[in-house]
Amino acid sequence: MRKITSVLFLTAIFFTSAFAQSKDDQVCLDCHSDKTLTTTRNGKQVSLFINGKSFAGSIHEEISCTGCHSDVDPSNLPHPEKLNKVNCATCHETPVAHYERSLHAEALKKGLTLAPTCVSCHSKHEILSSKNLNSKTYVMNIPSLCGQCHKEGTQVSTLVNPDERKVLSDYSESIHGEGLFKRGLIVTAVCTSCHTSHDILPHTNSVSTINRNNITTTCTQCHRQIEQVHIKVIRGALWEKQPHKIPVCIDCHAPHKVRKVFYDDSFPDDKCMKCHGQKELTKIVDGKPVSLYVNYDQFKNSAHTNNSCIKCHTNISNSKKPVCLNSGKVDCSICHTAQVDDYNISLHGQKHYQGDKTAPYCVDCHTSHNAQSKKSTTSPTFARNVPELCGKCHREGKNIATALDESKLGIVANYRESIHGKGLLQSGLLVTATCVNCHSSHRELPKKDPRSTVNPNNIATTCAQCHLGVYEEFKSSIHSPDVTKTDQKLPVCNDCHRSHEINRVDLNDFRTQIINQCGKCHEKVSETYFDTFHGKVSKLGSIRAARCYDCHGAHNILPASNPKSKLSHNNIIETCQTCHPNSNRKFVGYLTHATHHNRDKYPYLYYTFWAMVFLLVGTFSFFGIHTIMWFTKSLKEKKRHKIEKKKVIENAQTIEEDYERHD
Amino acid sequence: MNEQLNTNKKYYERFDAYSRFLHILVITSFISLALTGMIIKFSGIGIFQTISKMMGGYAVTGFIHRVAAVVTFIYFFLHIGYLFRKKKKKGISYTSFLIGENSLVPNKNDFKELIATMKWFVGKGPRPQYGRWTYWEKFDYWAVFWGVAVIGSSGLILWFPEFFTNLGLPGTFINIATIIHSDEALLAVGFIFTYHFFNTHFRPDKFPMDTVIFTGKVSLEELKEDRPREYEMIMQDPELQKKLGGPPPVFLSRAARIFGFTALITGIILILLIIYSMIFLYQ
Repeated sequence: MRKITSVLFLTAIFFTSAFAQSKDDQVCLDCHSDKTLTTTRNGKQVSLFINGKSFAGSIHEEISCTGCHSDVDPSNLPHPEKLNKVNCATCHETPVAHYERSLHAEALKKGLTLAPTCVSCHSKHEILSSKNLNSKTYVMNIPSLCGQCHKEGTQVSTLVNPDERKVLSDYSESIHGEGLFKRGLIVTAVCTSCHTSHDILPHTNSVSTINRNNITTTCTQCHRQIEQVHIKVIRGALWEKQPHKIPVCIDCHAPHKVRKVFYDDSFPDDKCMKCHGQKELTKIVDGKPVSLYVNYDQFKNSAHTNNSCIKCHTNISNSKKPVCLNSGKVDCSICHTAQVDDYNISLHGQKHYQGDKTAPYCVDCHTSHNAQSKKSTTSPTFARNVPELCGKCHREGKNIATALDESKLGIVANYRESIHGKGLLQSGLLVTATCVNCHSSHRELPKKDPRSTVNPNNIATTCAQCHLGVYEEFKSSIHSPDVTKTDQKLPVCNDCHRSHEINRVDLNDFRTQIINQCGKCHEKVSETYFDTFHGKVSKLGSIRAARCYDCHGAHNILPASNPKSKLSHNNIIETCQTCHPNSNRKFVGYLTHATHHNRDKYPYLYYTFWAMVFLLVGTFSFFGIHTIMWFTKSLKEKKRHKIEKKKVIENAQTIEEDYERHD
Repeated sequence: MNEQLNTNKKYYERFDAYSRFLHILVITSFISLALTGMIIKFSGIGIFQTISKMMGGYAVTGFIHRVAAVVTFIYFFLHIGYLFRKKKKKGISYTSFLIGENSLVPNKNDFKELIATMKWFVGKGPRPQYGRWTYWEKFDYWAVFWGVAVIGSSGLILWFPEFFTNLGLPGTFINIATIIHSDEALLAVGFIFTYHFFNTHFRPDKFPMDTVIFTGKVSLEELKEDRPREYEMIMQDPELQKKLGGPPPVFLSRAARIFGFTALITGIILILLIIYSMIFLYQ
């Protein structure tokens, strides 16, 4: 009974006080519910409107306006225009104290106005409990709250370390982010779980939760008894006690990207080499012995010299005998994530995962224990060695090249003879393009694939990696898709220069080829070109005779109507002068693509041609008839002559007589 | 063999050494021009590309073409000079030089002979009594004048286009000159290698060739049969009878045949190539 009485009493008190408070608030809202109520601060107009409804729904509803704005006296209104700043510390002492020493407060003190204050995260009058699903500070909303500033492209991202710029997207892909976003696990770690809500300190600070010495404590908040899981690496030792010797969580589980795991040097190499240093060590794969010998000296000279065996061979276990039994293939992506991601997209990768034994894997190019930096001259991936490396498969008789496409025959041989190949192999120019410069090292794809670097849509950009000047000219030329909008195929670099056979443009081969190349699309002008002198002597093998690009330009081709064109009224004389030093205004009137078959376009040529035809036909007809008649007549005469052969002898006699008589 | 049998025959010198020499220049330069010109006219056709390569490329054939063109201009002017000297030697007026029996200027009689020849062809009259020059020979002669003028001038435009356009010739005239040069040359080549060859060498009474242009000599029998009027003229003129003599030396006859046949065969091959190109490949 007493219990009930006390409950009733308390309820009564609550209601009265609530009534009293809301009555106070009503006084405030008399003015502040006016949406037009504004004031001017620092020259800006600021609204003083307060939404009574959302305040009534907030967690601070109970404490009423004066609970925070304590310098307002409800009985003496209106209050002074400028009120003191609300001090959250009055109630929230610890969080504010933490905030005051935090990274955010430090930044604010330095004058960085981007830094958040209490209201940035909690808002002002509509503050909700962090347990409320609609609250910005509700666990599900924390990443996006922090991410407002800590994501790529924001002003904040330009102030932090490069590897911290993508924290939001990294987090989303991490096991924590996945847990939160995909599985809706609200116990998963969010930003505040590791960084704390208010006491956010840099990892360099010794009391920071993310300091190397504290991180284990931070992680073990959730990951209790993690030692049990990691026993195979730490062999039961408590790593918190020896942070300088044993890795801490983040050494393996990169912060924000937490997912991939790699172990550290607690398993010394000499343990491995006890067995793998023996040359006769083999295992049987598919009935064939495979050597398991590792040349440790060679390994120590490789690019991985600072890595221990278990850095790559992660899958070892103390429970196995030997510990590395069935440890499987090394996953290079533990460290070389970007490269392996590329490889997985590449045709090599696709084929490899389809089980194609001819498709190369990492070690096929990089070798296993002898992997070297591409800067080392003896590395198979050193620029000078790349053609031979790729040629291991992409060469006649070596399965791939011929199996894929007959047009790919002779790639390596052609490359060696190309300007790139000669530059690389004969002149020793390391900046010359090798296979990988065009095809990319890890993400090579057939040119049909729109993602391929050698896809027609991408090839110009690929070549522009080195030939930027040419690319810029090309970009503004008539052949650029930026300039000419058409459904027809526009030429790109390799249409004229070809790919593996790419040659010097001042050599015969190129000059001989180019007419056909241009003629593929410009069929008619190419025909008329061959009707005129330049084309005719070109056909006879002249190298000097003007080719398409001698007049039209190569990468900077523009229509003659464009004043910048080599063929424009102002430039054409100079263009012709490159070969014809005495070129003049009249000379350039020569029609280099003329045909006498087009009456409308070239009437003079047309009528001259037909006049000549008339003359020829007339003359030939007359003498044709004359000759045929003569021929038939002469044959008849000859017959008669044979019969009258005697007459010839008689003739001889009369000649004698005639001669004597005249003598 | 023939030459030995005819040793007792009288021969008449129709062409002096100078004219024969000029005709050799005509033949060699004409064939050179024809061949090297056709190479560029039919440059799209494989066989001409091969010939060009065999001769050392377009640069060599172009050079030969220009040298032969210079030779053409040379013999042209040498012949004009020859005419003046001849007129002076004869001591006659320009008029009588131009209208005389020895003149190549066409006259009324040529027209009559043309009609008479036509009649003879159809069997309605006797073979005309041709004189020193027949009408078709006069046509050939003037064709060279016409050809050298037309092909020569258009050729010079093509040789020195910058020079001529600098003088004010429009650029299109280079295109027109190309058409004229090429088609007029086709006419010349087509005419010489067919009609001239037939009229002079291949007609049944001369077949396979008449060497008179190389040896200069023709037997009186043949002359009487072929050109009765010239024969009569010789018989009546003691001055002309000084040109009578024995047969041409054996080596000259032989050289004439070798050179003549070479030229004839080359010409025939060229004309066959032209016909082949024109019919099957040229557009």
